[in-house]
Amino acid sequence: MRNVKMGLIASSLMLAFSVQAAEVEVLHYWTSGGEAKAAAELKKMMEGKGNKWKDFAVAGGGGENAMTALKTRVVSGNPPAAAQIKGPSIQEWGDEGVLGSIDGVAKKEGWDKVLPPVVSNVMKYKGQYVAAPVNVHRVNWLWINPELLKKANAKVPTTWDEFFVTAAALQKAGIQPLAYGGQPWQDSTVFESVTLGVGGVDFYKKAFVQLDPATLSGPTMVKVLETYKKLKPFTDKNAAGREWNLATSMVINGKAAMQFMGDWAKGEFLAAGKVPGKDFLCVAAPGTANAFTFNIDSFAMFKLKDASAVKGQNDLASTLMSPAFQEVFNLNKGSIPARTDLAMDKFDECGKKSAVDFKATASKGGLVPSWAHGMAMKSATQGAVYDAVTQFWNNDKMSAKDAAMKLAAAAKMK
Amino acid sequence: MSTPHAHYGFAERWLPRLVLAPSFLLTLIFLYGFIAWNGYLSFTNSRLLPNYEWAGLVQYATLFENERWWVAVRNLGAFAVLFIGGAMAIGITLAILLDQKVRGEGAIRTLYLYPMALSFVVTGTAWKWMLNPGLGLEKLMHDWGFTSFTFDWLVNSEMSIYTVVIAGLWQSSGFVMALFLAGLRGVDDSIIKAAQIDGASLPRIYWKIILPALRPVVFSTLMILSHIAIKSFDLVMALTGGGPGFSSDLPATFMYSMAFTRGQTGLGAASAMMMLATVAAIVVPYLYSELRKEQNG
Repeated sequence: MRNVKMGLIASSLMLAFSVQAAEVEVLHYWTSGGEAKAAAELKKMMEGKGNKWKDFAVAGGGGENAMTALKTRVVSGNPPAAAQIKGPSIQEWGDEGVLGSIDGVAKKEGWDKVLPPVVSNVMKYKGQYVAAPVNVHRVNWLWINPELLKKANAKVPTTWDEFFVTAAALQKAGIQPLAYGGQPWQDSTVFESVTLGVGGVDFYKKAFVQLDPATLSGPTMVKVLETYKKLKPFTDKNAAGREWNLATSMVINGKAAMQFMGDWAKGEFLAAGKVPGKDFLCVAAPGTANAFTFNIDSFAMFKLKDASAVKGQNDLASTLMSPAFQEVFNLNKGSIPARTDLAMDKFDECGKKSAVDFKATASKGGLVPSWAHGMAMKSATQGAVYDAVTQFWNNDKMSAKDAAMKLAAAAKMK
Repeated sequence: MSTPHAHYGFAERWLPRLVLAPSFLLTLIFLYGFIAWNGYLSFTNSRLLPNYEWAGLVQYATLFENERWWVAVRNLGAFAVLFIGGAMAIGITLAILLDQKVRGEGAIRTLYLYPMALSFVVTGTAWKWMLNPGLGLEKLMHDWGFTSFTFDWLVNSEMSIYTVVIAGLWQSSGFVMALFLAGLRGVDDSIIKAAQIDGASLPRIYWKIILPALRPVVFSTLMILSHIAIKSFDLVMALTGGGPGFSSDLPATFMYSMAFTRGQTGLGAASAMMMLATVAAIVVPYLYSELRKEQNG
């Protein structure tokens, strides 16, 4: 009996404590080296503001496991304060009626002024901010090992025609031109850069943002698909299923000369002690110098009942958007700040270039969402388009025309 | 003295029910309850999260129009036939060979059975390395000088499902062998001796006497293997990840990616119901025949 009493007292005390300290539980999938370091910075800043940080890290790079964990928590009526959700998925969660507004903080701190409209629109649900962006990744990069290019006497390609000349020269010199990871999302990442380079910004928007069926099945798309398939002879056949970072390490170790990948690949180069501009080059994918496919990580806030938890949420939103956090976080992550008003002095050459292009394309209309990274389509549509692209890449019997028809059909999936 | 007797009667009547009630309740909720819930979800328009608005057969229509689903179904057909047939054939052969009173049988039996102790994830990962053209078998043959040797099924979208069959066979054949070996040992020696005296050859004895006596073993093995085949998920995930592309997808991997990574909970539920129907098509006739036999016997 005594024990029971003690237990009851202890548990009620614990309850009281957990109510008093504003606890902020944040679901994220930053579990690899540089990412975990970035998350630790966030924790430090939040605790500096008197909040109790509760880490809810779920391993798995693409965040698939994290989303499964999140769903179970939300269905059971116990959502975390914030979760790493991005792109149109924010709208999908908004449609489920579970997101909370942080419009107060956003108005007070003038987020509308420091974020380009393409970015801030994604963060809003029905006109109110429900999510805070932390970084901008550029996806249309081509990573190059300059030493191998020199060996083959080849030039850095700026158009697709030049790319195939360079690739042929490399192959003739006995060097594998392209490091490639054959997973559906990687197939689509490369395909996206080809679309932008061959078709241009307007075509890209019409095809993958507006999902116009005539554009998706039209002659330009056939040309895009043909160009994409022309890359295959320049890859090795073991590419199927290869992780992106293994492909990156092929470029680092000189086993292959180039790779198409977003700027998270930079983290791998830097971790290997390579210097940008000297040991490796970052250039825009052929034909996309005036365009920028963005992939933005953000945190969406969930509706909470507890008032102190809401305060913690607002603190989190304000911290995420603070210049100090955006700088230190992005130095660790390899991306650039979502705010356009920060000095880029501490960033490396690739980061500076990315920031300049981000601002320039934002004003000239070349800033487009990366559909391969969940910034343009709902997850069901994106998955169906993934399927079409990856099927075309892997099936050598499928014609580009058939693939274009398949793309148009996939885009109808809602 | 009537009171203790009444107590005893009460306990006798209620105790078994009380003891069974929790597990009965748990099964009812967590098996049949969730089957029913999933069945209901498959008739809704559920996206990211479950919602309960009735939508009729929309999800099934979408499912049957989906090319990837049919790839998964065809793959399951090929996988099930080859996996079940192959594991049975290899298992029975191994069991018969081991049954010849060889020396060190215990050690050999353990060796054959051992793969079963590994999880499908480990099996898948190990075979992924062995079958990778740049890493495993093909490279080994090239290094030995057979440069024309190619074995690239793992990265070939038309053959990838057969690598799943290979790994599955390696995993399960030893288990089938163990079941059949136990069955073989259970066959009455006197019948075999009688047959030998009558002058029947050994293969004939196996074919005409022993294997027919193993009918129950055949059926339970078939049951186990076929449900392994239908719910096979981890092997594919570890070995090919469903790729290249989605060429080695099975219904289980299809269901997972639709329900959990693509925000198509309703479609995932519909595909799960189709899998349940497939399992039921095998299990129900089996249970029916088993239960009827019991009544007759």
